[in-house]
Amino acid sequence: MIEGFTALYIFMLAAFTGYEIIARVPSILHTPLMSGSNFIHGIVLVGAMVALGQAHSPFGLAVGFIGVLLAAGNAAGGYVVTERMLEMFKSSKED
Amino acid sequence: MGNILAWPYLGTVINASYFVTAYLFIMGLKRMSSPKTARGGILWAGAGMLVATLFSFVNPAMGQHVPAVNYVLMIIAMAVGGGLAWYSGRRVAMTSMPQMIALYNGMGGGAAACIAAVELFGAEHHQRSVLALAVLGAIIGAVSFSGSLIAFGKLQGLIRKSLRSKVLQIVNLLIFIAVVAMAISVVVAGNSDNMPLLTAFFLAALVVGILTTLPIGGADMPVVISLYNALTGLAVAFEGFVLQNAAMIIAGTVVGAAGGMLTQLMAKSMNRPLTNVLFAGFGADEGAQAVGGEGGALKPIDVTDAAVMMAFANKVIIVPGYGMAVAQAQHKVWELVQMLMDRDVTVKFAIHPVAGRMPGHMNVLLAEAEVPYEKLMDRHETNNELDRADCVIVLGANDVVNPVARKDVASPIKGMPILDVDKAGTVMVIKRSLNPGFAGVDNELFYMDNTAMVFGDGKKTIQAITEAMKAS
Repeated sequence: MIEGFTALYIFMLAAFTGYEIIARVPSILHTPLMSGSNFIHGIVLVGAMVALGQAHSPFGLAVGFIGVLLAAGNAAGGYVVTERMLEMFKSSKED
Repeated sequence: MGNILAWPYLGTVINASYFVTAYLFIMGLKRMSSPKTARGGILWAGAGMLVATLFSFVNPAMGQHVPAVNYVLMIIAMAVGGGLAWYSGRRVAMTSMPQMIALYNGMGGGAAACIAAVELFGAEHHQRSVLALAVLGAIIGAVSFSGSLIAFGKLQGLIRKSLRSKVLQIVNLLIFIAVVAMAISVVVAGNSDNMPLLTAFFLAALVVGILTTLPIGGADMPVVISLYNALTGLAVAFEGFVLQNAAMIIAGTVVGAAGGMLTQLMAKSMNRPLTNVLFAGFGADEGAQAVGGEGGALKPIDVTDAAVMMAFANKVIIVPGYGMAVAQAQHKVWELVQMLMDRDVTVKFAIHPVAGRMPGHMNVLLAEAEVPYEKLMDRHETNNELDRADCVIVLGANDVVNPVARKDVASPIKGMPILDVDKAGTVMVIKRSLNPGFAGVDNELFYMDNTAMVFGDGKKTIQAITEAMKAS
């Protein structure tokens, strides 16, 4: 179980990690990073899967279904777009 | 077949997989923050997502008996949602990337709100602290969902108007207060079976997202999308607490913090505090005042003159903007630049931090055309070199080169750091029409004595200049 102060500690440390990672980023990478972090919050997919998995009522099934659908879109779309952007950085780097 | 969901060590295995995922995400993001390793970064993060998704099929948090229908629905939803997004992400032009990010981000926020809805409407009894986090995540997720969709609609050109009025802002504030009040009453009541209240709560939160985003002009959209990106991260983290899911807590929080930081950086490069972006409305209706006309008149020139001017310059600086993105002119521009370099003309690109619709938008497009990094200069470098440049080509950029930003007159872009292109020998502006930029401000630059206008579509004009130069 993650509760109370343990949760707060995780929250605090993860927030610092996020700040530290972004703090000294060249502006050329702002868009790919925004896109990359957009992909990473696609992890909401696992939560949506759990929500749908535990659903019993028709309402729960419907909302859970929409949740998984949206989350899968977030993850898949976020990945493709980021990958395409970074692909270009690679090709220009090797010249 | 034994029931794997009843296996006592399953919880430990799932937690271990989420631990691996959290590690891969953080390392992936870290790699993405440096140009050399950026490409590998997304692969790390992608691997993390794959691990978490696969193990989540047997997450014991779903209970020991998950009906087959739930699994069928899960797989259909993943295939449809993931498939459509994958397809659209592959097909979309690089210039439409900003709105696609807005769209996918909105979907993530919507998913977080759906999780909250399942948890809140569900019969399961939650502690008050858990309820509080669930409603908080619900508000943020819902606002991010509807707000991002509006941002998508605006950038895609589906929504053209920027609705703006004091009344609207007050109405929005009242609805927001109502949302908070409903959220508090849900938490205080400690139960979650009040269907009408919860429905009103979710609908009102969606309306807040819409009304907050509608008044914001296109020039500010990058900042807004980045903000919603951070908010979705937070919503995911909060729902992660509700579901006791460490992967969601860590990934969501990291994105929330990183996204918040990015938003700050962007707002800073536009010299506008975030509150100003959100509540002042910019590029909407206040830009209609005329500033032009104090210097001479417009001097339109044709492409042959333009070609000659460039070919006999020593140093040419190109300032790309959204116009280049729309015209998809980046490849043609690079062709022209290579031709100029063959003639021993020094050519550099000047990238304003908010040129285009996202920070780094121009960098991405020029990288696509395989323009080497060394050719790109940031705002400071450019402003140090501009007085030594004899020819500046402004290609579809507008607000970021408008000298009015330096002046002490009331203007929506007052104080925004710009590229001082008016200090160069000659300025050539390639533009489709005289329409003002997204900020809605007339551009004095066009009327200056050392400015020449080449009217036309960016790509066709550049192509015509290249032809003219070949012929000479």
